[in-house]
Amino acid sequence: MMEKIKDFLEAAGWPRLIIGLFLLALFITAPFVEVNIFTSLSDVIVRFGMWGILVLAMVPMVQGGCGLNFGLPLGIIAGLLGAVTSVELQLTGLVGFFSAVLIAIPFGIGLGLLYGILLNKVKGDEMTIALYVGFSSVAFMSMMWLKLPYKSPDMIWAYGGTGLRTTISVEKFWYRALNDIWTIQIGDHFYFPTGMIIFFAFMCLLVWVFFHTKTGTAVTAAGSNPEYARASGVNVDKMRIISVILTTVLAAVGIIVYEQSFGFIQLYLGPFWMAFPAVAGILLGGASVHKATIMNVIVGTFLFQGILTMTPSVINNIIQTDMSETIRIIVSNGLILYALTRTITIKSAKVKA
Amino acid sequence: MPDDILLKMKNITKDFYGNQVLTGVNMELKRGHILGLVGENGAGKSTLMNILFGSTVIKETGGFTGEIELDGKICNFESPFDALDAGVGMVHQEFMLIPGFQAAENIMLNRELTQRNFWVDVFGERLSSLKNEEMIKRAQKAIDTVGVDLDAKTLVSEMPVAHKQFTEIAREIDREATKLLILDEPTAVLTESEAEIMLSVVRRLADMGISVIFISHRLKEIMQICNELVVLRDGKLVKEVPTNETNPEKISEWMVGREIGGGPAREAPVKQTEEMETVLKVRNLWVDMPGERVINVDLDIKKGEIFGIGGLAGQGKLGIPNGIMGLYPAGGKVEFQGKKIKLNNPRFALDSGMAFVSEDRRDVGLLLEEPIDWNISFTVMQTQEKYLKKILGGLIKWRDDKAIAKLAQEYIDLLEIRCTSSKQLAKELSGGNQQKVCLAKAFAVRPDLLFVSEPTRGIDVGAKQLVLDTLHEYNEKYGITIIVCSSELEELRSISDRVAIVSEGRIAGILSPTAPLKEFGALMLEA
Ligand SMILES: Nc1ncnc2c1ncn2[C@@H]1O[C@H](COP(=O)(O)OP(=O)(O)OP(=O)(O)O)[C@@H](O)[C@H]1O
Ligand SMILES: [Mg+2]
Repeated sequence: MMEKIKDFLEAAGWPRLIIGLFLLALFITAPFVEVNIFTSLSDVIVRFGMWGILVLAMVPMVQGGCGLNFGLPLGIIAGLLGAVTSVELQLTGLVGFFSAVLIAIPFGIGLGLLYGILLNKVKGDEMTIALYVGFSSVAFMSMMWLKLPYKSPDMIWAYGGTGLRTTISVEKFWYRALNDIWTIQIGDHFYFPTGMIIFFAFMCLLVWVFFHTKTGTAVTAAGSNPEYARASGVNVDKMRIISVILTTVLAAVGIIVYEQSFGFIQLYLGPFWMAFPAVAGILLGGASVHKATIMNVIVGTFLFQGILTMTPSVINNIIQTDMSETIRIIVSNGLILYALTRTITIKSAKVKA
Repeated sequence: MPDDILLKMKNITKDFYGNQVLTGVNMELKRGHILGLVGENGAGKSTLMNILFGSTVIKETGGFTGEIELDGKICNFESPFDALDAGVGMVHQEFMLIPGFQAAENIMLNRELTQRNFWVDVFGERLSSLKNEEMIKRAQKAIDTVGVDLDAKTLVSEMPVAHKQFTEIAREIDREATKLLILDEPTAVLTESEAEIMLSVVRRLADMGISVIFISHRLKEIMQICNELVVLRDGKLVKEVPTNETNPEKISEWMVGREIGGGPAREAPVKQTEEMETVLKVRNLWVDMPGERVINVDLDIKKGEIFGIGGLAGQGKLGIPNGIMGLYPAGGKVEFQGKKIKLNNPRFALDSGMAFVSEDRRDVGLLLEEPIDWNISFTVMQTQEKYLKKILGGLIKWRDDKAIAKLAQEYIDLLEIRCTSSKQLAKELSGGNQQKVCLAKAFAVRPDLLFVSEPTRGIDVGAKQLVLDTLHEYNEKYGITIIVCSSELEELRSISDRVAIVSEGRIAGILSPTAPLKEFGALMLEA
């Protein structure tokens, strides 16, 4: 029995256990400070579903040896292109949603290919360059959103202006298109977005399948030890590019899922800060710069989004003033900072071993 | 005199997640003495030394129990820095040098910086600009003490392995306060003459009053320089004797717990190669492998022979397989089975039916972070599409984890790889067992021609025979042509049908293994 417990602790890791216990404590405190536990739980699940695929998008690149994808905004931009095109075409419901996804995928593949080629030129500095790529692609698209020939009055600035608005509502198109498939509603407060969770599970399955194929194995090996992979006849650069494309496409799909639940497409600076919560999520889940699993994604996203949802509402009700936004920002950045310092220690420990 | 004792280790016990590796080990070491530490692969030698040195792996895997007394003070080191402060230095089984830095920088750098690669990543540029004349002079002095011909300004990445080894030793002796030096298989990559230099350095250090713990699988070396020796078997100390009261045969018996034959003795007759068909034709081969440059090599390898390549480190013997297999930039003409081999293209070489066991098991040979079964099956899976299940008419090539585990288990049994299961990570294996995994990987490919570099590096006496026998068996049974590069001449002579000696990037001559030792020596030193 002791052995079992020890094994579990070993596998879960202390940081996750502590954060998990903290989250549990928040849930237990919640009813006492008049936070509705069902609403909270529902919130956590919805946010989990919204972020899941964006966090999952970290996995291929990490496994391929390109590090954490700080260039997530690039993939998000591919997704945004799909989303606005789908709205432009006035497509609604699931058709609208899946059209957005289908349109986004080729953009994701194209951008991922270029991104991958670039990362192959800067081996060793992938993460720094990824950060630049993310930021500069946002800046570039900020110009493009003004210039692209979208015409739909639902999206362009009112009064005959040109260019797309910063926030576009999808209410009339595919708001909750996924969430509302087989939704489970219990009472007034609990709502389970079945469709979105199933879609997330499906994406996890696809990634899992990929890493069980010949190519997926080669990607993992190329990330684990490029010299070994090369000596085994694997084209390492190609494997890295494949991993980057996969990551970019997942990010594109992920943002569309996010938007259909959120209700809005956020252009311009919208994608700017998306990379950090996703990176923090997977790190909290126990991934390192060199290894990430789907389990890391699920655990990490749940913990990160859980804490992020619960802390502000609980503290808010304790101090009786509305500070939730401030608290959210503090908690979110605190977790991000913590997670990033973790990577560094993990990295140096690995080198010593 | 009791205060003659520098080090006492009492009742040292250690397990890795329930896998008992050391049980109640007690040992003592006198000042200025050299203690030989011997035992089979996986007996726990490196682990015992890592405990003594306070290595982080030990703490990360749950610590150990027992007591270490240095100079009469109890000191269970928390980290290698504590150990260094207390005057304990260690040269690890695998290199711990920063490739892009000069020898001098590696010697002079604070240990902390050489170990924490993260800081090197961040501050690399700045650190490498620290080189001043003073530093280089001091480093050169340390190198000279070691007694090798090496310029302190040479980049580590450009050095032959032997020089890396000497650089590591120089780093340890540069520290003035060193009282105890741990050397984990320092001679494994050295040829006899280089090992000879190494041994005399160690002897000199001992005469200066430094105590040394010396790990080696070459019992001759142990007999030659150690005052006492300690034998570990399955994590238990089975014998502690003064060296002059024993002999290598007895030591081997203690190590394995049964009687075993003497060193590598030649069993199979030497094949007559003149009449045999040429399978690999090499003309004007040059290879740009740092530290092992090949300048101009012509070779005709016969189908079905075992061909040995020897020579001093740095002369280019390792460059030959690395170049032909496409791992380093190369040029010239290579023809295998009548087909021209594209150089600089590992895939092409593999697809043509050649395979390679690299001498560099950490960087090229293994996926340290992955399990044994992946390590063994990966190459054959990628190049021959074996161990894959085709689903949806071949659209999806699904990894057959069961078949992979089975393949791995076969080789674990065949080569007696000591591990908890085929799912154990390669980095958790002892050095010698890692070497066996590398061999298994190449065997699994079932190539027509197999290159093996330093096949028995770090492998214990018993297992060495096993590995050599296995090479023989594959040669006989499957008709695989084998080219062995080794720094151990004895080994080459024991299994090869012909032995070539490489000197200054060229073939100095090809001899029969039965030729007198003198002739080999003459070729090696020919310049
Ligand atoms: N980090 C680790 N995690 C789990 N097991 C380990 C780890 N390091 C070593 N072991 C196990 O401990 C045992 C002893 O290994 P050790 O490296 O001490 O052997 P060794 O005597 O140095 O052998 P060799 O001659 O092959 O170098 C081996 O069975 C090995 O698998
Ligand atoms: Mg060892």
